[in-house]
Amino acid sequence: MMLIAVAVGFVMAAAAPMIERRAGRAAGWLLAAVPAALAAWFAYAAGTVAPGEAVVERYEWAPAIGISLAFRADGLSLLLALLVSAIGALVLVYGGGYLAHHPQLGRFYALTLAFMASMLGLVLAENLFLLYVFWEFTTISSYLLIGFDHDRPEARKAATQALVATFLGGLGLLAGAVLLQQIAGTVEITALRAQAGAIRAHPHYGWAVGLVLAAAFTKSAQFPFHFWLPNAMEAPTPVSAYLHSATMVKAGVFLLARMNPILGGTPEWSAPVATVGAITMVLGAWLALFKTDLKQILAYTTVSVLGVLTFLIGMNTKLAFEAMMGFLVSHALYKGALFLAAGSVQHEAGSRDLNELGGLARAMPATAAAAAIAAASMAGLPPTFGFIAKELFYEAAGIESAGGNSLYGGVAVFAGALLFTSAATVALRPFFGGRQCAPRQAHEAPAAMWIPAALLAAGGLLFGLLPGALAPMVGSAALAGRPGDVVPLTLHLFHGWTPVLGLSAISVAAGAALYAMRDTLATRRPRVGRWGPARLYDLAMETLHTLAGEHTRTIQSGRLRYYLLTTVVALLALVGATLARTGAWPRRAEYTGLHLHEAALVVVILMSTMAAVRSDSRLAAVASLGVVGLGVALIFALIGAPDVAITLIAAETLTVILLLLVLYHLPTFSDLSLPRERFRDAVVALSIGAVMGALVLVAPAAREAAAISRFFIEASYPQAHGRNVVNVILTDFRSFDTLGEITVLAVAGGGVYALLRLRPDKRERE
Amino acid sequence: MKSLILAKAAQFLKPLLLVFSILVLLRGHNDPGGGFVGGLVAAAGFALQAIAAGTPAARRSLRAGPHQLVTAGLLAAGSSGLVGVFRGEPFLSAQWAGPLSTVLLFDIGVYLVVIGTVLLVVFELMEHNP
Repeated sequence: MMLIAVAVGFVMAAAAPMIERRAGRAAGWLLAAVPAALAAWFAYAAGTVAPGEAVVERYEWAPAIGISLAFRADGLSLLLALLVSAIGALVLVYGGGYLAHHPQLGRFYALTLAFMASMLGLVLAENLFLLYVFWEFTTISSYLLIGFDHDRPEARKAATQALVATFLGGLGLLAGAVLLQQIAGTVEITALRAQAGAIRAHPHYGWAVGLVLAAAFTKSAQFPFHFWLPNAMEAPTPVSAYLHSATMVKAGVFLLARMNPILGGTPEWSAPVATVGAITMVLGAWLALFKTDLKQILAYTTVSVLGVLTFLIGMNTKLAFEAMMGFLVSHALYKGALFLAAGSVQHEAGSRDLNELGGLARAMPATAAAAAIAAASMAGLPPTFGFIAKELFYEAAGIESAGGNSLYGGVAVFAGALLFTSAATVALRPFFGGRQCAPRQAHEAPAAMWIPAALLAAGGLLFGLLPGALAPMVGSAALAGRPGDVVPLTLHLFHGWTPVLGLSAISVAAGAALYAMRDTLATRRPRVGRWGPARLYDLAMETLHTLAGEHTRTIQSGRLRYYLLTTVVALLALVGATLARTGAWPRRAEYTGLHLHEAALVVVILMSTMAAVRSDSRLAAVASLGVVGLGVALIFALIGAPDVAITLIAAETLTVILLLLVLYHLPTFSDLSLPRERFRDAVVALSIGAVMGALVLVAPAAREAAAISRFFIEASYPQAHGRNVVNVILTDFRSFDTLGEITVLAVAGGGVYALLRLRPDKRERE
Repeated sequence: MKSLILAKAAQFLKPLLLVFSILVLLRGHNDPGGGFVGGLVAAAGFALQAIAAGTPAARRSLRAGPHQLVTAGLLAAGSSGLVGVFRGEPFLSAQWAGPLSTVLLFDIGVYLVVIGTVLLVVFELMEHNP
């Protein structure tokens, strides 16, 4: 069932452009039906899986190396799957309005659905290798979506930056999974959890932790990798709302929660997680103060919230995990709504710069109301769900403070105050106040745009009033991240007059004071940005470009003959040296007699070769080479390899056609080689011929293991129902190799096609 | 340069080559042949038509674009592997139903990829005027 849920997303992604062409404006609503149905199913499934339990569904993929299509439904995965599909449905509807009349709307739908399916696969994965595969799928779809407006260089640069930063971490995840497989002999979550003690005691435990943390921190934009996320705001706003706020950037946090029962509970794990989380949380919220672009403010506060989630995981208490899951849900709801509202503002008013916006509430009442409710949740004001989540956060941090980590509570309240300020900024500045010098006269956004934002905001309000509806899922998700006794979680809007409520009051007061000072702060931009990690990234990329350029200029002459010469000489040196070293020169090969027609064939081949070498015309040379190829094919036919022979004949025919077509476009021989060069070429050619000949004679005798061909011949008919062993090997026994080969063939064909299409002279002419 | 002999011969040879290519594809499991060489033969048929009657005629009779054939072929070969997965076996393990099998679907995929890739390049080279 989970496999089907993921597969449906990919199928819909493939069909989306076609549906978009047929259905036109209704396409967004139509496509949203699929994620909406998935969301309903995940919500239902969450009720059927008991807290602390997991349902695993498994299909074999490559059992020999431990890779399976194994999916895991537990509190954590189902809650995230529900968020991913529900918000996905809203974003598809919104995108239909936001990008209406955009020529690439179909591509937007396809990429968004593909991302959704990848993200579902990621959160539902039981096998770490499978998780890695989906992890990289989300990276790739993120890359394509950030670079959606690929005509703009900033969008391309931001896309590459996000790709490089998260791919580096992704490789860490792959290495970590391989390492865990070495340590524990498995990469399935259930089995790994059972061996958690042994893994923690293993000498390579520290490496495993480091690799997994690298993946989580890059994906979730933790300091010092936080820089890619604000730059990713080059993406269309629905993409920012979905990937870079509500779902994908949570993948790192999800990974931490997923691995916590396996790797967590030690100082090596908790200390870096809590520290990095705390730094990110404060840094993100602080940097948000100095931004005037709506999306930038939202992006930096997203970084901050990701820090909060990481910080809470580092605390590793039951309460902290409950707070983390509550905060995650609350953030997905309010930040999604705020991003969508910001997109509507940009769409209608033509700007998202706070200095140009004001008083939009009259023109856009629905959007303004959604933004206000969502911002109340972000600020942690009652009666929203954000308030409950923030109370849990303060309580968890406060208990840590009392328990010895005295800084925790203060840092938490400080970050909360900063988030309050930004929430007030994004809700009040564009919509209220009198000034309005926006580029366009604003109107209310179309229904497809304000309804999704309103629904998300209303969700935050609804769950604030009825927290009991969400409590079981949050509790179950927390339990999946930190196993313990099953104690049902109860959430209340009002906790009573507790010290935590006092902390809330302090953070609101501090936040309000900061808001009053914001305008003066905004003029004093901190200068650290110039020397931040983003600058380091730029430097590294520049160095790479320079090095690659130098390298290319040095070794790429652009002349085929030198490439061939290099390749052949290298082969000659390596094979020749090996042959000489092992001393396995052929003794007398078994002589089986030579028929007259075979001898004649050899003579024909040699003569055609000489003709090809000595010819003055390319046409004659190609034709001679064709004769050589056909002669070789005949040899294969004579020694009993008809398959090879007919393939060679067909390939030779097409090669001659292709070569002739290419030659037609080439100038006549313009610079002939000097005699000295021809002598060198002849020596190289004869040497490689001699070495290859020797290799053919040596190879049969050099076999160390038993030949596998016997197995293929014996198993071909009984096991694969085919008498043509060659074809059975290609399409059955080793079909994975063939699949790889035809993929390479297709890519190579596409490459040639692109080269022909993109010839510089053609571009100059146009 | 138009050649009457070539044009007339191509008219008869192309259908023959196509039928032959399908024969080669289908008999491949038990006798010499298979999707790869079948695809080469079919591509040669279309290339012959393109040489004799021009690429527009060849493109018309191919109906689908070469890159669509490549896509269809990769999808066919890849999806033939999924049948086994849905039945709980590893990716690409062969499934049989009488004379039909996922192996055949896989080979058809190879056939299409080969035709598509070859013609993609051949047509492009022929239409390219320096």
